[in-house]
Amino acid sequence: MSKLAPIMRLSGISKNFGATHALKDVDFSCRPGSIHAILGENGAGKSTLIKIMSGVLKPTSGNLYIDGREASLQSPTQAASKGVVCIFQELSLVPDLSVAENIFLDSPPKKWGMIDRKKQRVAAQALLARIKCEDIDPSELVKDLSLSRRQMVEIAKALGKKPKVLILDEATSALSSQDVETIYDLLEDLKCEGVSSLFISHKMQEVDRLCDTLSVFRNGQHIETFAKGERSDEEIVKLMIGRSVDAQYPDKRPLIKRETQLSISDLKWGGELQGVTLKLGKGEILGLGGLDGQGQKELLLALFGVLRGVEGKVEIDGRAMTMRSPASAKTSPTNFALVPEDRKTEGLMLEMSIADNLMIASLASISNGPFVSSTKERDAVAKGIKKLQIKVGSAKHPVSTLSGGNQQKVVIAKWLQTNPNIVLLNDPTRGIDVGTKQEIYKLIHELAEQGKSVLLYSTDYAELIGCCDRVAIMYEGKISAELEGDEVSEAAILSAALNIGDVLEDEKRETFNA
Amino acid sequence: MPELKKNMRLLISQNIGFTAATIILVVLWLLYNFLHPRGFSSAVLIQNTNESVAIVFVAIAQTLPVLLGGLDLSVGAVMTLANCVASVLVSGTPFQIILGMMITLLTGTAFGLLNGLVVVYGRIQPIIATLATGSIAIGLALFIRPQPGGDVDGDLGWALTNDLYELVATYGWWDADAGWFAPISWFPVPLLIILVISFGIWIPFKRTITGRTVYAIGSSESAAFMSGLPIDRAKLAAFTLAGFFAACGGLYLAIQTSSGNADISQAGSYTLNSIAAVVLGGTSLLGGIGGAIGSLVGALLLRLLAFYFRILSIDPLLQPLIEGVVLLVAVSLGALRTLQTKNRLRLFR
Repeated sequence: MSKLAPIMRLSGISKNFGATHALKDVDFSCRPGSIHAILGENGAGKSTLIKIMSGVLKPTSGNLYIDGREASLQSPTQAASKGVVCIFQELSLVPDLSVAENIFLDSPPKKWGMIDRKKQRVAAQALLARIKCEDIDPSELVKDLSLSRRQMVEIAKALGKKPKVLILDEATSALSSQDVETIYDLLEDLKCEGVSSLFISHKMQEVDRLCDTLSVFRNGQHIETFAKGERSDEEIVKLMIGRSVDAQYPDKRPLIKRETQLSISDLKWGGELQGVTLKLGKGEILGLGGLDGQGQKELLLALFGVLRGVEGKVEIDGRAMTMRSPASAKTSPTNFALVPEDRKTEGLMLEMSIADNLMIASLASISNGPFVSSTKERDAVAKGIKKLQIKVGSAKHPVSTLSGGNQQKVVIAKWLQTNPNIVLLNDPTRGIDVGTKQEIYKLIHELAEQGKSVLLYSTDYAELIGCCDRVAIMYEGKISAELEGDEVSEAAILSAALNIGDVLEDEKRETFNA
Repeated sequence: MPELKKNMRLLISQNIGFTAATIILVVLWLLYNFLHPRGFSSAVLIQNTNESVAIVFVAIAQTLPVLLGGLDLSVGAVMTLANCVASVLVSGTPFQIILGMMITLLTGTAFGLLNGLVVVYGRIQPIIATLATGSIAIGLALFIRPQPGGDVDGDLGWALTNDLYELVATYGWWDADAGWFAPISWFPVPLLIILVISFGIWIPFKRTITGRTVYAIGSSESAAFMSGLPIDRAKLAAFTLAGFFAACGGLYLAIQTSSGNADISQAGSYTLNSIAAVVLGGTSLLGGIGGAIGSLVGALLLRLLAFYFRILSIDPLLQPLIEGVVLLVAVSLGALRTLQTKNRLRLFR
């Protein structure tokens, strides 16, 4: 490891969001002329760490030092002025402005007090040439670029700020393999220039090839930092796991042979779904795992008819189906229900009452002709609230007055009112308390017992292990592994998610020997 | 010049709404002049531009809040207020006239700043904030001029509503019959005012960081924030500039009619027409796309439609109906692009 003094040092940094501890007393430093990987599971605190380093979030406690001097970063701009630049995942690009305008958004070259567009264009071209993107015209609008080109613009924008610490948050995940090579070369160049690059990636091959120092985070804590080669892949995976399973799960259900209810073959959509093939049995709980952004959400959206231009075959009970819209997906013969990703925007109408929210997807079932029957509605609402044990003062209160856990129960109850055959769940327990989580697990099991098929996407591996009959792992828009029975372990899920196959074999051997 | 050609193509494709509006305007204008008995004459051009100045300025004023992603319902009212202020102050000695004009413009600018302050620091949505301040502006206008009237300097009115020849002749700056002046002496003063003020202020503004921030806010306020742009300053500047442009419209109306009139329904119809002109000129109501020059074109297009009613002797009662249909068709064309969105969830964000 380099003996140079660190450019940036974090000492005793903690960050709380309400009662959640995202970071706990973290000490961390990065040195000039290094490429430093930050590893950890979903929710290990990596993004909170880089948000604090780049001035987006302020730590609850602890100190931050840049070049040995204490610094308090109030904003991304301030962090950039001190040389700390973060490449966000296309978060900081303005779609309706041109590439050149975006690259020099907050500090354009000027002439007589006005933006010097010619100079700006030339400078943008030079930066783009440095990352071998001569094909991008600086006058083009960002919204007209493909996702991977946008990401390269984001990188050019960061370079334009002349960083001393460059943070790349999965910056390569959206790029073509050729661009990835360019970025590797660029990072090597920057290393020689004494820049400290922090590299967050879930691809172990990439980390192996590029980084000289690795840090592992787990549960908001900095576990260990070591030089490349000091630890094997298996050891790294073990460092990343080792988490106490704090939620109680219902008893495991026996593994039985089930008739196929939903069969998906070679489903493709844009760059996100690259040919998904999957079978879901009747009454089965199938977990969908993997790292964030491997196409899991898109798979659920495609099944629910949200996406246009989906290719591939979807069969239900052996009959080919097309879902044109959520309205058609929720009705017979498909009878899907989707508990969406963001309950506040996609799941609930926050200002409307609990009762309205509960019935909004199944109004036809409580109507007489064109009119909603108030007696039927009252009965249905009472039944829904009782079934999910939603704690409400009155069903007439706005749903925004409920706690997060109870809001999520309303979303689930709303979809159960439609009497679905296949229930799609997108991370249904995210951000809710342990007690409610347990109730939701129990409910999922009850649904399966009633013969409904459940597809559960979760970012929490423990949940996949505890709650599902079978787990399918997605990697880069495809199913990379399907695990069932005793195969379902945290190590197996994580190595499939990271797409490193042999760890699984080693782990098995180890348990076998023990 | 393949490079230049490529850039031109890019520029057109990025401003497709504006390009279409400009082409339609030119075609309709040529046709209008062919149909008009005195077509292509300076007199017709003077008359047409005279009747367009106020709505052009109000449409440009409306553009700025729209680019932010909001609406300014007070532009018509601020124009009316400036109109009434001018009807009182723009008369007397040349010095008094100039001072009066400056106070008029300052009144509108200050009102725009007030709008900005309410929106930025009051954290109130522009549409409702300006609905309220617009009412206040009309109230002030009624207070200044309970009955229509006023005596705006007549020479000024004559000079600014004719061609350059009359302007020079009125004030005797030089010999209006001079040979070198003849090629341009036919040019209408109102058109010159529109072009100088709109281009002279808008183009530099667009090229400042503040101006660019206005676009960035309308396009993605969170990205603008994450990039450390001066968001509050840009919003204040946008509303202030909107007030200034609205005041330009009011001042010209006073000079043109030699009077002021606190007409509530006129203020309302100017506001609504300004929104129509902004949309016709290719500016997106969601913000971030478009510009004041587009609104200029949109406003001229709207006026030109009205002129057609005169020469074709169509029943003027049909005018609102036809204008409505034109607007609807134009907006529908703009909505075609939503058909290309592949993730339909994105349509709502």
